[in-house]
Amino acid sequence: MVLAAPTVARRRRPRESGAEIGKAGPLVYVVLALGAGLSVFPLYFMLVVATRTNDAIGTLPPVLTPGGNLGANVDRLLANEDAHFLRGLANSVIVSAVVTVSVVLFSSLAGFAFAKLRFRGRNALLLVIVATMAIPVQLGLIPLYILMIKLGWVGDLKAVVVPFLVSGFGVFMMRQYAAQAVSDELIEAARVDGCSTLRIYWNVVLPAVRPAAAVLALFTFMQTWNDFLWPYSVLTQEQPTVQLSLATLSTGYYSDYAQIFAGTALATLPLLAVFVLFGRQIIGGIMEGALKA
Amino acid sequence: MSTDVTTPVRPAGSPAGRGQPPRRAPVGARRERWRGRLGRADLKLSPYLYVAPFFLLFGVFGLYPLVYTAWVSLHDWPLASDEHPWSGLDNYARLLTDPVFWNALGNTVAIFLLSTVPQLTLALVGASLLNRRLRGRTFFRLSVILPMATSVAAVSIVFSQLFSRDFGLVNWLLAGVGVDPVEWQASKWSSWSAISVMVDWRWTGYNTLIYLAAMQAIPKDLYEAAALDGASAWKQFTRVTVPLLRPTILFTVIVSTIGGFQLFTEPLLFNSGSSNYQGGSLRQSQTLAMYVWENAFVKFDFGYASAVAWVLFMIILVAAALNYLAVRRLGGTRVPD
Repeated sequence: MVLAAPTVARRRRPRESGAEIGKAGPLVYVVLALGAGLSVFPLYFMLVVATRTNDAIGTLPPVLTPGGNLGANVDRLLANEDAHFLRGLANSVIVSAVVTVSVVLFSSLAGFAFAKLRFRGRNALLLVIVATMAIPVQLGLIPLYILMIKLGWVGDLKAVVVPFLVSGFGVFMMRQYAAQAVSDELIEAARVDGCSTLRIYWNVVLPAVRPAAAVLALFTFMQTWNDFLWPYSVLTQEQPTVQLSLATLSTGYYSDYAQIFAGTALATLPLLAVFVLFGRQIIGGIMEGALKA
Repeated sequence: MSTDVTTPVRPAGSPAGRGQPPRRAPVGARRERWRGRLGRADLKLSPYLYVAPFFLLFGVFGLYPLVYTAWVSLHDWPLASDEHPWSGLDNYARLLTDPVFWNALGNTVAIFLLSTVPQLTLALVGASLLNRRLRGRTFFRLSVILPMATSVAAVSIVFSQLFSRDFGLVNWLLAGVGVDPVEWQASKWSSWSAISVMVDWRWTGYNTLIYLAAMQAIPKDLYEAAALDGASAWKQFTRVTVPLLRPTILFTVIVSTIGGFQLFTEPLLFNSGSSNYQGGSLRQSQTLAMYVWENAFVKFDFGYASAVAWVLFMIILVAAALNYLAVRRLGGTRVPD
């Protein structure tokens, strides 16, 4: 079923005038604005609470406008010794960056091999990769944890980095893209000029697959940044990712909403910024079936 | 769709001689031959070298755990002890009579249905609205997927506050229409509903864009023909759009099934306190994934936790298959791919 996504992309017609049907009437705008409002409101509300005092939050009707207390809330957050918020933030940056670079590199390399090189067992191996995408994380949770104990990686950032350095989805996505974006003639020409395969990858393939690589990078970063279950299982409160810092805050400090929300806002803003900056690419990526949930 | 995977990159029958430098027979000398050999080795080995990282890492951190889970589930395997006696299917037998397991299964299915049905319906409607000539297209599209940027942890925190009993916005709005304050965490239906709202808030926009992409692939003349035949907008939607979207609907349903049955973080953080993994004092919102987690990381009963994990996996496979059949029947004809 995962294959269904790229089919969507292929079947799409060339955009002449856009395939939209009919012009949107006023009612459509009203409904869409309502939907957009519901989508954005919780994020806005997060900012509101993050900038208020706890007294203001505990009132009726609920506060709906930002206040001026963000600084004090953040101070309390940073002074909170259980949350290790700054360390969590730094850890998340490191983990997400390393995983992203690695996934993009290995995926484009393997995707190139599957799309453009001939070798024995190619189709069988590709099928294996597609099959791996259907396996849920939880199934491997326990043995992976046992493995981490054996490796001595429990509580170590390596535990949330190394198992995620490759992605079956990434390989498949890059394979699909490389198959149509890299021209065989160009590869052939490079060979005649005496280029090694690695050089062809670097000078011909990588530039050609850059759009897909960018989308893969965005989604990988997002997913890693937001990952919860595995880090929650294998890391400790002292060496958290930013999501674990949030969990510590929300389970232990549920009376100090302003502080929790200040942390939540700080942990979310980087990704919101990415979304707003790269909105078009992300929309394009999803619509071309680039993202598996 | 499998044809796609096996499509040969170039016409068959032309592999020979590909890429080797043309052989200049006589004067070429040793260097040339050495280069040829190197080139052939490069051609033969490079592909394997390039796909090797995936298979190595996946083997160690993906495949091995998968198989090992099955193995562990057949043992009595407490973390603290070095002895792991074989217990056969005991863990699975225990599971069948474990009311907590059945409770978690019920919660999981209920939350899955409560979240997925409205989510995909709303996404279909949203996509058909976005699939019109529209000002501010990018703005609307971006705003519906903005929730995806939010982490599950953040979503849970924000919604727990929105659903809080005394000062939550939801209860305040309900009070406006005369409903008494609801303690959302307290009962099954209320906690299921609140958790479903969180899930839907995060994922409806994503599915909307998936549907929108598929709708744009529908040839316009089909609508024109339908309009000529006097079909109303609603008829066009149910007779043209939905049937042609079936493969995409199938895709989203299965992705939602896989995700929905693994639901963990939303219900975990929706409940507060240090035993939030129980999903409330009466386990009213404990999902299967939370139960796996409880057995593994609270009770350290790895054998039993592994058995629950395997059963969860089987349930996902069965649910996905059932959904596949159900969606295939939708509209009566077969799924094009």
